[in-house]
Order: sequence, then structure tokens, then C-alpha cells
Amino acid sequence: MTDHIISAKSLDLTFTTNDGPVHALRDVNLDIDKGEFVSFIGPSGCGKTTFLRCIAGLEQPTGGALTVNGMTPDEARRARAYGYVFQAAGLYPWRTIAGNIRLPLEIMGFSRAEQSERVQKTLDLVELSGFEKKFPWQLSGGMQQRASIARALAFDADILLMDEPFGALDEIVRDRLNEELLKLWNRTNKTIGFVTHSIPEAVYLSTKIVVMSPRPGRITDIIDSTLPRERPLEIRDSKEFIEIAHRVRDGLRAGHVDD
Amino acid sequence: MRNLGPILTVVAVIVGLWYIACVPMNVQEVLTNAERAGEVVQPEGASTRRDMSRIGLAFSNSDLLGESWSTDRARLPSPHQVVAELWSSTWDEEVNGRRGIVNSGTLSNRSLIYHGWITLGATVVGFLIGSGLGILLAVGIVHSRTMDMSVMPWAIVSQTIPIVALAPMIIVVLYSIGVEGLLPKAVISAYLSFFPVVVGMVKGLRSPDAMQLDLLQTYNASRSQTFWMLRLPSSVPYLFASLKIGIAASLVGAIVGELPVQRGGLGARMLGGSYYGQTEQIWAALFFAAAIAAVLVWFIGWVERRTMKLMGAEA
Repeated sequence: MTDHIISAKSLDLTFTTNDGPVHALRDVNLDIDKGEFVSFIGPSGCGKTTFLRCIAGLEQPTGGALTVNGMTPDEARRARAYGYVFQAAGLYPWRTIAGNIRLPLEIMGFSRAEQSERVQKTLDLVELSGFEKKFPWQLSGGMQQRASIARALAFDADILLMDEPFGALDEIVRDRLNEELLKLWNRTNKTIGFVTHSIPEAVYLSTKIVVMSPRPGRITDIIDSTLPRERPLEIRDSKEFIEIAHRVRDGLRAGHVDD
Repeated sequence: MRNLGPILTVVAVIVGLWYIACVPMNVQEVLTNAERAGEVVQPEGASTRRDMSRIGLAFSNSDLLGESWSTDRARLPSPHQVVAELWSSTWDEEVNGRRGIVNSGTLSNRSLIYHGWITLGATVVGFLIGSGLGILLAVGIVHSRTMDMSVMPWAIVSQTIPIVALAPMIIVVLYSIGVEGLLPKAVISAYLSFFPVVVGMVKGLRSPDAMQLDLLQTYNASRSQTFWMLRLPSSVPYLFASLKIGIAASLVGAIVGELPVQRGGLGARMLGGSYYGQTEQIWAALFFAAAIAAVLVWFIGWVERRTMKLMGAEA
């Protein structure tokens, strides 16, 4: 079990609400290995974000076992094992771009010199060098999201958890950020968990696609991608790509038939 | 100044209405004086006119109303009388008066500058105490459920007690334990100004959304880090809105605190004016207080703009 970076065994999460229990996750089994890019796809309410939040220790599962780096998610959170990117960039408007990326470093007590060094390094990584003194409102939405990814990368955790990070961006910006994200993943060899609504995005990015369906939230299919690690945008027109996308679509449809 | 036109228009309308209002307000005294001077007034005799409609009287004696804007001790002094009083009790008193700062080296106790200075001192001290206390209470309320449950209701109740009733008691109680002078007035100021600061600051400290708090949790940030890095900076715009209300309330508190003491200050000046029927003096003190309030609120706004600029706000 500890061989996997993230391992979930018959994971359950039930929210108690005034209208009775809501089964956000039921019997989720999943292993993620180092360096994998795993996408979670499914309609709203399928528990994909909830599962990501469980991994991050932001939600407590009500049953089953979940380990991150061989620890409980809460221990992993305390050990700062992952960086988390939210749907909204959520940059502090009163901090410059560099100041925002420095935020986790300040909290984690890095030395001043190391803070500056890491800020510069991650800015280069997301191609935002030269914008360190700008305030968030001076940047486009896409650039803000890149800065928020830099913020999650700054302390160099092995795991990057991303909750629909490009959901609020337009298609063109999204394509470019997808391409950049792949490059970044190639260079850093991080393990990435990525929640999305978009089939092409999931297929394009992932080495493993987890298809989920709602009521109760569960996994309906796990697809290991056969696409090569080097992926130009044109790969989306290849036969292989279309076949994988087709299988994802089938998985999503199957989930709905069960309703 | 692009908005000078609209402001001047509103001022002109108010001044115009004021001059018009002077006629019915002062008609009784004006007609009495005219009758004494030998004019024929309809109907005759001040006592017959006492219960009659002022507007009716003004219409039936429309040729005798010339004094409406210049009577001494008018019920409603006209704007230029108030301006003249403002001038004579500030510049004129200090520069040309026997007791003025030019001739005596100290501020004259008949000048609004002297009284305004006393009020300003109590206002500023009270404001500092009140807003400091307000911020501390808000921090406590946000971080402790017990304080949220116990302090907030009392803060609200405290504001339902009329300050005019409470002020003399505060003064008397503090006097009996040997505290007098500026401090009792400052306490009343603080009492009025802490409340908007508590309310605004609680709201501001709670303004970060769930995502922002989750983000800090993913960094395993401590409570104090969350406070200093997220909650406090988020609360700044709320704080300044509250401080503007707070400083205006402080000034009111200081003036109310001066009413029972009668040892100087704009409050004492207003009450003195009403004892002796010096309505111009009351109005002049009122306008002087309003000017002080405007300057104080402007000053907070200036600090706010500076701070927000430092915090990267859109210019």
C-alpha cells in the first residue's frame, strides 16, 4: 500500500444534512503512483472535488482507508506534502505576484534568501518572469491562474492537486495553459491530481483518467492512457486520442444510466 | 474640481431656502419691533398675534419684513448673520480681540478656535481609545465563540442607551473617583465610537471566503498566521469605513460630554448660546463642529487612500 503515492481503499464519505445523508463518495478504490497525471472527470456532484479534498485532508472520509505518501491525509497536510490549486486563482489583492508566491514560503518559514530564490525559480517555471512587482488586478485571468500554480509549486511538494484550475478560463487560454502544464509536469516529474469537466482536457493531460458518476459518488471507469508522454496539441486529432475520449464519454454515459 | 458645480448648486438651494425660512420664523419679533417703531401692523398687539399663523402674518404685513434677516437674537438667524458670527468668533476674536492670541499670547476663551481645540482633543483621545478597544473586541469575537456569544449582545445593548442620559452619569461617577477634565469626555467619545469599529471589524475579519481559508489550511498555517496574513489585511477596507463613522461619533460624544461640565468646548458654547438666546452663537458653533467633523472624516479618508495604495489597490 505504501508503494503508491496516493492509495484509497473502499473510501466512503457521507455528509449528514437536514435532508438526510448524502453519499458524496462510496467505495472508492484508487492507487496513484509517483509521476502520474491523474484526471478526475464526471458531472457535478460525482464527488471528484470531494475526493481531491479528502486527499488534501480538507474533508474527513467516514469510512475506508486513504494514505498519501504512506501517511494519513492530515499528516501529509501537516508535512506539506502537496500544493493545491483552486478553481479561482484566489491571489491576495494586497500582495504583488511575487508576494503571493512567497506566501506559503513565509508561512513555512523559509529563509529570506531562499524565498527570493524560489519565487524567481517558480516564476520562470510558469513563465511569469518580469511580472513579480505587478498586483493581481494588473494581470489577465490566465496569468493570475499561472501565478496561483506557481504559488502551489513554490515549496516544491511532490504532489500537485488541482481543482478545475482552468474551469473559469476561455478555450484559447485554456489550451495554452494545458500545454504549459504538461511541459511543467514533464520537467518536474510531480504527481498531479486534476479535477475537470472537460473530456478533451482530461484525455490530453492524463496518464490515468478516473471517470466518476454521482448519487452516490463513485468511480465507474479507470482508463490508463496509451498516449505518449510528449503531447503536442495536434495529438487531439489522432485516432488514439479520439478512441480514449470515446471511452471516457461511454463511462460518463454508463454512470448516468444507473441513476 | 469637476464636482464643484453640483456642490455649489446644492449649497445655493439650501441657503436660498434658509433665507426664505427666516421670514416666517422671525415674523413675530420683526412685527413687534416694527410696531414699537410706530408702524401699523395687522392685527395690532403682540399678544393677539402670538397664536396666529406665522406665514399668514408674513403675507398680511409683507411691507414690514425688512428686518427678518437682521434681527438680534432671531429665532432663526440668517446665513450672513451666522457667517459674521463665525468670523467674529474666530479670526476677528483671535487677531483683533483683547484676549486673542495676537494680543494676549493665548487663545481667547470667547473664540471657537479655543473651544474647538478643547473638543478636538477629547474627540481624538476618545476615538483612539474607542477604535483600539473596538479592534481588540472584534479580534476576540472572531477568535472566541464565547466572546462572540457574550460580548456582542452587550455591545449592541450599549448603543440603545441614549448617550445624553448616560453622559452626565459617566461624568459624575468619574468625578467622584477623581477623574476630570479631558478624560471623562474622551470616555463618552470612546463609548460612541467603539461600536461601529467592532461591527465593521468583525465583518472584515470574517470576510475571507472558505477557499481562502482552505488555501491556508493546505499550507498548515497557524491561527496567528491566518490572522496576520489573511484576516487582518482583508479587514482593512471595512476598518476604514467604520473609522469614518467612529470619528464622527467621537465628535458627537465629546460635544455631549461637554454639556454637563461647562468648562469649555463646543458643547459648552452651544449650551451657553441657548441659555442667553444667542442663536447665532449656537449656529456658528454647530457649523464649526461640522467643519471639524468634515476635516476628521477627510483625514481618515486620506489615510485610507494612502493605505489602500500601499496595499496595491487599483488606482
